[in-house]
Amino acid sequence: MTVSSSPSSTGSIGRSASARRPISRTLSPRRRKEALAAYLFLAPGFLLFALVILYPIGRAFQISLYHWSIAPGLPSQYIGLTNYSHELHDPIFWRSLVNTGFYMGVTVPAQIVIGLMIAVLLDARMPARAAFRTLFYLPVVTSWVVVSLLFRYLFITDGGLINWVLHDATHVSNHNIDWLGQRWTAMAAIAILGIWKGIGWSMIIFLAALQGVPRELKEAAAVDGANAWRRFRAVSLPAIRPVVAFVTVMLVIGGFNVFISVFLMTNGGPLDETQVLLTYMYRQAFSFLDFGYGSALSFTLTVIVFVLSVTQLRLFRRPSEAS
Amino acid sequence: MVGGNVRRTRAIVGGRLTLLTAGAIVMIVPFAYMVVTSFKQNALVLEIPPQFIPHHPTTANYHGAWSSNHFSRYFVNSLVVAVCTTVFAVLLSSMMAFAFARFRFPGRRLLFGLLLIGLMVPTMMLLIPQFLLARQLGALDSLWGLVFFYTAMNLALNTFLLRSFFQDIPRELEEAMVVDGAGPWTRYRRLILPLSRPALATVGIFSFLASWDEYVWALTVINDPNRRTLPIAITLFQGQHSTSWGLVFAASLIAIVPVIAIFVAFQRQFVSGITSGALKA
Repeated sequence: MTVSSSPSSTGSIGRSASARRPISRTLSPRRRKEALAAYLFLAPGFLLFALVILYPIGRAFQISLYHWSIAPGLPSQYIGLTNYSHELHDPIFWRSLVNTGFYMGVTVPAQIVIGLMIAVLLDARMPARAAFRTLFYLPVVTSWVVVSLLFRYLFITDGGLINWVLHDATHVSNHNIDWLGQRWTAMAAIAILGIWKGIGWSMIIFLAALQGVPRELKEAAAVDGANAWRRFRAVSLPAIRPVVAFVTVMLVIGGFNVFISVFLMTNGGPLDETQVLLTYMYRQAFSFLDFGYGSALSFTLTVIVFVLSVTQLRLFRRPSEAS
Repeated sequence: MVGGNVRRTRAIVGGRLTLLTAGAIVMIVPFAYMVVTSFKQNALVLEIPPQFIPHHPTTANYHGAWSSNHFSRYFVNSLVVAVCTTVFAVLLSSMMAFAFARFRFPGRRLLFGLLLIGLMVPTMMLLIPQFLLARQLGALDSLWGLVFFYTAMNLALNTFLLRSFFQDIPRELEEAMVVDGAGPWTRYRRLILPLSRPALATVGIFSFLASWDEYVWALTVINDPNRRTLPIAITLFQGQHSTSWGLVFAASLIAIVPVIAIFVAFQRQFVSGITSGALKA
């Protein structure tokens, strides 16, 4: 029994995995045995994955086409794209889209720029490097629930630490700001939490990428008299470009999926002013029990995320191909 | 010349340290304030000016959090669910990763592609159909239901990470075992798993933390107060009108101290797990 049936009969295992052969309908007994073993290894995990992840992907779209009856047994009514046209006339949908866009537009560039800055600072021989890395990464490993409640506490109007600093301690503001009671200040507080929690993640990936840039390249540029900024622009940044692309795409996806912080800091309030797409979806589905409309909202979100990701990957790819 | 260079290097390192320290303070102050608050009497948590070192520190919040609202039961619930999820997720995903890394079979690319789709689909998009599925399966209000769904949610990422690790294990070792007549299960158990301990630790930690911290799914499918998990329990300390912030943060710290301990102890696995996906892309 071999691990992989190589066409050559030398007994070497699977070396030829990359050497494509025309697919033959009939597998040799040895290959059949190998395939059987592979399927047995895959079966338990993949069946679970198919049931819990793949099947719901198909269902998500299907449910959005119905006036869904949540009582088991009662028939649901097929209404085509009505749930989607409802979105277009729903001011709260548009507001939650704008709020989500705002969150993404603020947090993504901030996480990239600050994360990259910290990574560059850490990419050198220096004391306490590991300690700094750990500290910056700490918020990333802390649960969203805890940090959301923590920031809700910090942004409390009367007695919160932020207002104490801005009003009582430094007099930047002449009154206590009602952070979570108004739309844009609340969105700002939520975005600040997103940035604070997220920069450690982008930092650690950028740092790993920077450490992969060949030292000789940087030194050669230094010998040519390039200053630190030019060395960074001309050598390091192009070298880590694919990683910047990856981080950007992941952060945009993450930004559109903002949920727990909004849910626990404002719960979309006051009066739906701070709803984002997912908190609005959750309210429609699990407070109003409108599963059809909730599914339409989450499917819309998925399409937006997908289109944005593909567009970004295209944008990032082009210049390096041209060069 | 040389002396000037040394001085310059020193100045640069000093500048770096200053900037990094400033940044680190911003990162750490909210945590520190949370710890301080958890040791304050509840009447003082919104006092102005705030006491950064409480004059009369008290551990009442920790006693209160641990003994009230069945918090200790929720701690145990979370622990059981996270441990079971970790075991199942690591077992199933390592088997899948072994198949993808070492076997040739019809449909390999297709199945792996489907797995990658699972990696990219936002989890919350599937919340509604998954809720309906859980209801059909009778998995609402059940800790086993949580384990079942958490395991499935962790499979794609784990398999993806483990596959690339398995591919780097030299095939010669396996060939030697084949010569000795070892079947695939023996090779998986006696060779691949023992050689992959660091990678298994990485995905095990990820799976554990993902289910330990999971909030949205548990909030959606668990109604029975006896089956709550820690994140739900923490939010329950935060009432609509009067919040006992000291209790909230004592409970929070009880929940996150194990996480931070795991993180500090296994930092290398963390970093390799997080970056390997990105740098291979």
